[in-house]
Amino acid sequence: MIRSSRARRAAITLAATALVLSACGSDGDDKSNDAAGGDGGGASELCGKNLAFLGALTGDAGALGQNMVGGIELALKEYNADNADCKINLKTFDSQGNPDKAPALATQIVNDDTIFGLIGPGFSGESLATGKTFFEKGLPSISPSATNVTITQQGWTTWHRVIGNDNAQGQADAAYLTGEVGAKKVFVVDDGQDYSKGLADTVKEALGDALVADDQISVGDTNMSAIVQAVKASGADAFFYGGYYTEAGLLAKQLRQGGFKGTFMSGDGSEDPNFVKVAGTQAAEGAVLSAPAGPPPADFGASGLYATQAYDAANIFLAAVQDGASSAQEINEFIGSYSNDGVSGPIAFDENGDIKESKIYAYFVKDGKLDVENPQAIS
Amino acid sequence: MDLGALFGSFDNFLSYTAGGLVFGAIYALIALGYTMVYGVLQLINFAHSEVFMYGTFAVAWTFIFFHGTGDATWSLGKAIPILLVALVVAMLMSAAVALLLERVAYRRLIRNNSPKLIALISAIGASFALAEAMGLRDRFAAWFGLDDDLADYVSPDKARDVYSNPVTIQPHELFTIGGYGVTDVDLVVLGAALLMMLALDQFVRRTRLGRGIRATAQDPESAALMGVNSGRVVQITFLIGGLMAGAAATLYMMKIGSTRQNAGFILGVKAFTAAVMGGIGNLRGALVGGLVLGVMENWGSAVFGQEWKDVVAFVLLVLILLVRPSGILGEALGKARA
Amino acid sequence: MSTTTAPSKAPSVRPLRRLGLWWDGVVDRYNRQPLAIKIVEIFLVVALVYALPLLRPPVITTQEIDFGGVMFGCAAYALIALGLNIVIGYAGLLDLGYIGFYATGAYTVGVLTSYHWHWPFFLALPLAIAVTMVTGVILGAPTLRVRGDYLAIVTLGFGEIIRICVKNIEWLGASSGIKDIAHPNSIGGGPQPPFDRGGLFDIPRLEWNGLVPSVDHDHPTAFLSFGAIDAVPYYWLLLTALILVLVADRLIKASRVGRAWEATREDEDAAELMGVPTFKFKLLAFAMGAAIGGMSGAFYASGQSGYISPDSFLLLFSMLFVAAVIVGGAGNRWGAIAGGVLVYYLPERFREFADYRLLVFGMALTLLAVWRPQGLLPPRRARRVQRAEEEIRELEGEGATDV
Repeated sequence: MIRSSRARRAAITLAATALVLSACGSDGDDKSNDAAGGDGGGASELCGKNLAFLGALTGDAGALGQNMVGGIELALKEYNADNADCKINLKTFDSQGNPDKAPALATQIVNDDTIFGLIGPGFSGESLATGKTFFEKGLPSISPSATNVTITQQGWTTWHRVIGNDNAQGQADAAYLTGEVGAKKVFVVDDGQDYSKGLADTVKEALGDALVADDQISVGDTNMSAIVQAVKASGADAFFYGGYYTEAGLLAKQLRQGGFKGTFMSGDGSEDPNFVKVAGTQAAEGAVLSAPAGPPPADFGASGLYATQAYDAANIFLAAVQDGASSAQEINEFIGSYSNDGVSGPIAFDENGDIKESKIYAYFVKDGKLDVENPQAIS
Repeated sequence: MDLGALFGSFDNFLSYTAGGLVFGAIYALIALGYTMVYGVLQLINFAHSEVFMYGTFAVAWTFIFFHGTGDATWSLGKAIPILLVALVVAMLMSAAVALLLERVAYRRLIRNNSPKLIALISAIGASFALAEAMGLRDRFAAWFGLDDDLADYVSPDKARDVYSNPVTIQPHELFTIGGYGVTDVDLVVLGAALLMMLALDQFVRRTRLGRGIRATAQDPESAALMGVNSGRVVQITFLIGGLMAGAAATLYMMKIGSTRQNAGFILGVKAFTAAVMGGIGNLRGALVGGLVLGVMENWGSAVFGQEWKDVVAFVLLVLILLVRPSGILGEALGKARA
Repeated sequence: MSTTTAPSKAPSVRPLRRLGLWWDGVVDRYNRQPLAIKIVEIFLVVALVYALPLLRPPVITTQEIDFGGVMFGCAAYALIALGLNIVIGYAGLLDLGYIGFYATGAYTVGVLTSYHWHWPFFLALPLAIAVTMVTGVILGAPTLRVRGDYLAIVTLGFGEIIRICVKNIEWLGASSGIKDIAHPNSIGGGPQPPFDRGGLFDIPRLEWNGLVPSVDHDHPTAFLSFGAIDAVPYYWLLLTALILVLVADRLIKASRVGRAWEATREDEDAAELMGVPTFKFKLLAFAMGAAIGGMSGAFYASGQSGYISPDSFLLLFSMLFVAAVIVGGAGNRWGAIAGGVLVYYLPERFREFADYRLLVFGMALTLLAVWRPQGLLPPRRARRVQRAEEEIRELEGEGATDV
């Protein structure tokens, strides 16, 4: 794969650009960029400006943010190759996924005049912590991955996401378990984070009587024997986990080792090849992982969870640039009326900034690997 | 609260207990590192969690070296040859990290008799640096242009992601206690942990070096006057802690199978809690503390839900310390330290 | 024991030691001046610190993250370090769960001003301080009887217990946290998004092109309007609180209470024999430290984002707080403040090292502890003791030792 070295080179260039830009001071570099671009009339005023990414790039969840940046860089690379006279660059802001660090970065982003749009924030917690800042400034944003239901209920009209919220997915998952699988007793566990709990709670509600018991683990837990015991004692014939792939893999592994024979299901946070690695091929076999996104095209040049959504989010902004939008308001209106097919599925937004049509797919672990090419639509 | 979950049937009770014992054995092995260092130096070796974490990576690396990266599921019997090699590699790796830690973060402070708080800060810093260094291993490899050659080991661009042993060890159920199917892996984990502990206990009690360790723990100045090389003793202490952590890492990877650069932190806090609970500075206390903590966590999970298990562990710790201020078995490394 | 340290390492220590001597000199020179000049100097320094986020001096200003927000964080950490300094530096109690008090203060404000009631911030603030203080007494009463070394793990446990509780209790917002926490009341009208920033008047900030400053009217700070896109007013408010606490700290340290703490820290048994009720004084230190931590948490909760969640109160931060106090110099309030500021500031300033900054931070912490165990600015008493010890060592012919 060429991905690794390319991504690194891109990151280095990016860091260098960021340094140069920041060294110039924010007022100076607009002009210098415009002059250097030499694009003449007709092109959008946004040429030479930046998109921003806010999310975890280092820290425990850094891998997910790196996936997203990979998707964004792919979109920018394709765009810049076709539009050499109107290049758009990326500035990344590393929050480490920490709602504590995100607000100061958000302030930096809204005070940087070269930034015309935000891809992110990556997680639900930091989205809630920074939404007000972006809204007060009026900076349009599209998150590739923050799925907590309450974010779009805050009245932040500049906030969008290209991923279905936990409601849609949770209901589809519950329907799949009770319908297709025919489960009578489902055991639901989550890791207590915003995203995970939101998803698990929707599943529990939609399951109704089919919910036999529930529990909660903490991120970083490795000893699941108490859960395994509780699942066995409950006589559950299906298990749903809301959370990310590491704990999902450990749960699947220890459940199978403990003799659990039912269906193992989890959401988009677990839909990653690493799930199989952690669980082991034997324990992962037959696991069902849902995601509000279809499979990426075969030749898609970025990999990992949320890369396709990030790619789509970047392309919406780039379409706005090509459409000639220049002010934040115009960009925001463009996003609001955007409607097109992205690599992650059809994209259009409702009045809250939620994606209108979010098709939920179930991915299966088959023959020892996560089959990303043949998902089944379950909504 | 659901007392029925735990006490509703004797079978349930037994199986929660059995599950807790297995994990408690791993806590106990890690706790040894804390307890040895505390016994000799009265220092909280906060970075010991990273010593353990490096061991877990060594195990995965060993398997990748011999087997490659293809996912596979093996029985315990098939995995044993590589497991034994992995055990040695992990013990060496952890011991090396522990010695490095002693050299860089502690030696000068110990020599200058600095306040204990300073050593704690030094250890916190070392803990950050060691964990981050593991998370950045792809970058370091890239500096030497080795990231393509070593891609399987350093996972370029994904070094912070979870890192798994490609070979999953599938346990086989031997017999059941209550509802808990006791597997060969569980027995090996428990047995190996007990064996290591026993060996260490005998080492500290019976050998010359062990006497030196006990003497230094009791009274460093008199020990030095009697010809004990206290610098050596400190190094041996760290070495032993590292070896035990390496063994714990192997058992952990047998049971869990995956790790990452921050995997040590929570386990370290738990193991330290176990050491204090049993009576820090006391080798048998580490064993008792580890097992009690493991079992209590599982009982707590059953009654209050897994999300409260850490609260159960810590409340228990506070209660034990209030009733028995120096832990269940009392402190003292080896024997008799008032 | 061997004292054969390589002589080549010695010079690297000298500049750090000079820092302490330099600070002594500054304090001495300051003390020798007439009162009027002292007041003018204090005024100038304070004004400079207030103006810092608007002056945006080159080199110091963070380039990749909002400088006002960083200054707010620095002030919050300085306040925390000041509170923890009472516990660690004055009373000699190792508290690894200080984040619990920070969380208690923050959640009290969150619950009172947003989640269950809608009090104004300034009404909730004193209550938050009181609640945290009571929490400190409740936690301290049993734990302070535990022997010194165990106190560390017991407090660590309590810090975790508090975090797990807020994460799991619905009444406290559980994992979603609490949002829309009331901002401090704006003077001159709050912001009316999206265009009106509110406030009495706008203050422009400086923009530096190399060393040439120019006035930047595009990013003004609205004077005392507490909104979501400008952290500077929050910084001013927190700085004011910090200065008040600093004055109180000075008064207490110089009082009978301060002397009792010192006696307890140096030798608890001797202090008890001399008639110092050590347990009571330790509890007092614990409660006061808690109150200051709670106050800092309260300001943090009502800060720019008005959002708190259990993720903001990880165990890791407790370690950082302790590191701040020790690195700065436990027992010296200026050292603690310097430590708090550095621990927050350095990783933010050197963001361009992005991935490496935590690694470098960890290594710096270790190196500082090993080569500068007294901290950057140790209390003057400690420096005197150290100098005396060194003289003795030199007289005894062990001159090669270099700290």
